[in-house]
Parts: sequence; structure tokens; C-alpha cells
Amino acid sequence: MISALEWSIILLSLKVSLVAVAVTLPAAYALAWVLARRRFSGHSLLDALVHLPLVVPPVVTGWLLLILLGRTGPVGALLDRWFGITLVFHWTGAALAAAVMALPLMVRAMRLSIDAVDRRLVAAAQTLGASRWHAFRTITLPLTLPGILAGAVLGFTRSLGEFGATITFAANIPGETRTLPLAIYTGLQVPGGEAAVTRLAIISILLSLAALMVSEWLIRRNTNGRAHVV
Amino acid sequence: MSFEINLRHRVGDCALSVDFSSEAASIGVAGPSGAGKTTLLNCLAGLIAPDQGRIVIGSRTLFDRDQGIAVPVEQRRAGYVFQDARLFPHLKVSANLAYGERLGGATGDQIDRDQIIDVLGIAALMDRWPANLSGGETRRVAIARALFANPKFLLLDEPLASLDHARAEEILSMIEQLGPSLAIPMIYVSHQPQEIARLTDTVLNLA
Repeated sequence: MISALEWSIILLSLKVSLVAVAVTLPAAYALAWVLARRRFSGHSLLDALVHLPLVVPPVVTGWLLLILLGRTGPVGALLDRWFGITLVFHWTGAALAAAVMALPLMVRAMRLSIDAVDRRLVAAAQTLGASRWHAFRTITLPLTLPGILAGAVLGFTRSLGEFGATITFAANIPGETRTLPLAIYTGLQVPGGEAAVTRLAIISILLSLAALMVSEWLIRRNTNGRAHVV
Repeated sequence: MSFEINLRHRVGDCALSVDFSSEAASIGVAGPSGAGKTTLLNCLAGLIAPDQGRIVIGSRTLFDRDQGIAVPVEQRRAGYVFQDARLFPHLKVSANLAYGERLGGATGDQIDRDQIIDVLGIAALMDRWPANLSGGETRRVAIARALFANPKFLLLDEPLASLDHARAEEILSMIEQLGPSLAIPMIYVSHQPQEIARLTDTVLNLA
């Protein structure tokens, strides 16, 4: 039903998206927490920077990544020399491009849920003997779990659909960086590729739908039917 | 037991100024809305650091601006019953009660938990979510949660506000019943003089 080539494309897409979300999740939550709970000079600048990938054309984001992290770029050269890591033309580069594009969506979802946690509950926990860290772990974190899940799913589906930044930064290499959207694009360039495109498009839609349904289920299970966030 | 509360604190246009000391076991704090009653409790609990002053409860110096003493909130062990209860919505009643119990430790345990559950009549509520409690039940659980943390002193911020008369009377007599067995300093905020007269030894009036 699904060919070996299609399977390899699906698995690559899932790998890229899962790695992108897993790597971004802690950073996105930390950023969301800082933006929700702290006031400092540079707050709005940080906010704007986080949201930049949402408003800038993805191809520009990809180009900026290429300049920074390309083999001769200031960061890319160091990564290459010190760790032997090359991101361009490699699936990890596709994951990074997806991660950067997913970050603003993840931060937004998590920030909403952190904003919704009543700080007076944290104060109450502290009067009961909880340190700041303990109060965070036992109050803020569990109460924002639905937001974390929502952010993760948004980030995951965004990563599954990532095209512009990926093709600019990681290129369109079969078996390495050719994820579902890139494979669909490639199919459209080939005469007689419509059937393949249709199949891949249907697979994309089904994957995204499945991700949304899993998140709905997780959120319902984790809140025991109490709807308190998002 | 003794209280020495000497503080100045300014929030926006409101200035709170208290100079009070007493050997009484319990203090009632009275005063009109906006007089800074809750601000005073927050200073005592350590949620707010006053601009100036010194706070001694029992034999512990909790705050002294001049000496640079400011015991952090989690080490003050204030049994704070908030006006808005603040039960943790993601924890069942039993877990709300256990929250401070684990952190408070068993040192100098003079709290009889079975008696508290019994007097407050919350044995049947243990398996419920806070969202499914009535106003009176919520207050009773909040009082129990504060006591379970094995506090060094009690802060009660209008625990009867917005309850109907029968419920208020019920909780009032519960506090009355528990009070002597706890043997810890208590500060009770209310704008009802008769509540204060019934529960506390002396009154601090905030203008």
C-alpha cells in the first residue's frame, strides 16, 4: 500500500520533526517562562526575536541559518572544527530549520498557559514550605502541562510542514533532507508525478490529523476533565 | 508567646505603618478595607519585604531591615489561610493537605491531624477536587492545609468572608475549638469586631 520509498520519506519526516520538537521543548518553555514571569530591559526585544521566524519569509530564515551555521559561517566553522558537526545538507540541519520555525508557536502556547497560572498559588505553596524550585515543579509545571502538550503538537505539525527554511538551509537531498513537503515539491517538478504527489499529500494530512487527535487525547487525560488551561 | 511588629511599607499611594508589640497569644487585626490588613499579613508571611522595620513572632526574628535579617517565605512556616483559599486545583483535597505536611517535617510535631480532620469535618472530602467543593468546604480544607504544614504561627485572612451566617458560625466555633490545642501564635484579620472579640486576646487597629 505504502511503498518503501514513501516509508523512508515518512520516517525521515517523523525523525526530523520529533528531534526538532524534543530539542526545542526545554528552550521554548524557558523562554515562555521568562517572557511571562520576568520584566527586564530587553523584554520586548527578546519577545520580537522569538517571534521573528513567524513573520519573516521562511526562505530568509533559512538564508540566515546558512550564513550563521554554514561550513564557513561564524558558528558553523566552530562547530565543524571543535565537534566535527556539519549541519548543512544533513538531516540534523533540516531538524534545526524546523526547530527554529516551530519555536515561536511553541513559546506562544506555553506562555499562554504560564500566564494562566495564578501566581498566588505559587505564593501559597511557598508559605507551606516550598522553595521556588519546588513550587515550580509541583505547581507551575503540572498546571502548564496542557500548554506544554499543545505547544509540542503545534511545533511538531509545524515541523512536519516545514519547507522554505529547510530547502534553503539543508537543501533537498533524497534520503537525507527530503522530508514530505520537499518530496511533494519534487514530485510536482517531475512530469507524471501527480499520483505520487497525491499519495504524499494524503499522508501529510493524515499525519497532521493524527498528531492533533493524540494531543487532544493527552490533554484530556492529563487534566482529568478539568479544563483550566488554553 | 509574643509579637513585635514594627514596620513601614508603601505600595503606590497606600502607606502601611504599624508599631505594635504584645505578649498575647492571639491578635485580631481590624480596620476598613484598604487599610493594609492583607499587606500586613503578607509582610509577616514573608511574601512582601517591608520598606523598613522589624518583625519578631514568638522568639524568632523573621525580619530586621537594619540587621539585614529576612527569613525566606518557605522557612518562616506561617500557616497562612488566604482570603481566597488558594487550594491547588490540580491536587485532590488529600494531596492539598499533604503538600505542606511533607515539607513541614515532623520536628516538634504538636499538631494532631486526626483531631483537625475531625473538628473541621473534612474526612469525607479527601477524594474530591477543589473545584467540586462548596465555599464553606473550601475554607475548611484551606484551614486544615495550613495547620497540616506544622506552622510556627497562624495567619487567618478573613476566613469567614463571603460565607453565609450559619457557615461562618460553624467555622468560627471550629477555630475556637482548635485554637487552645494548637498553642501557636495566631493573627486573625477581620472587619467583624465580634469575631475578633471571640477569637483573640488583643486587637491591632489599622487606620
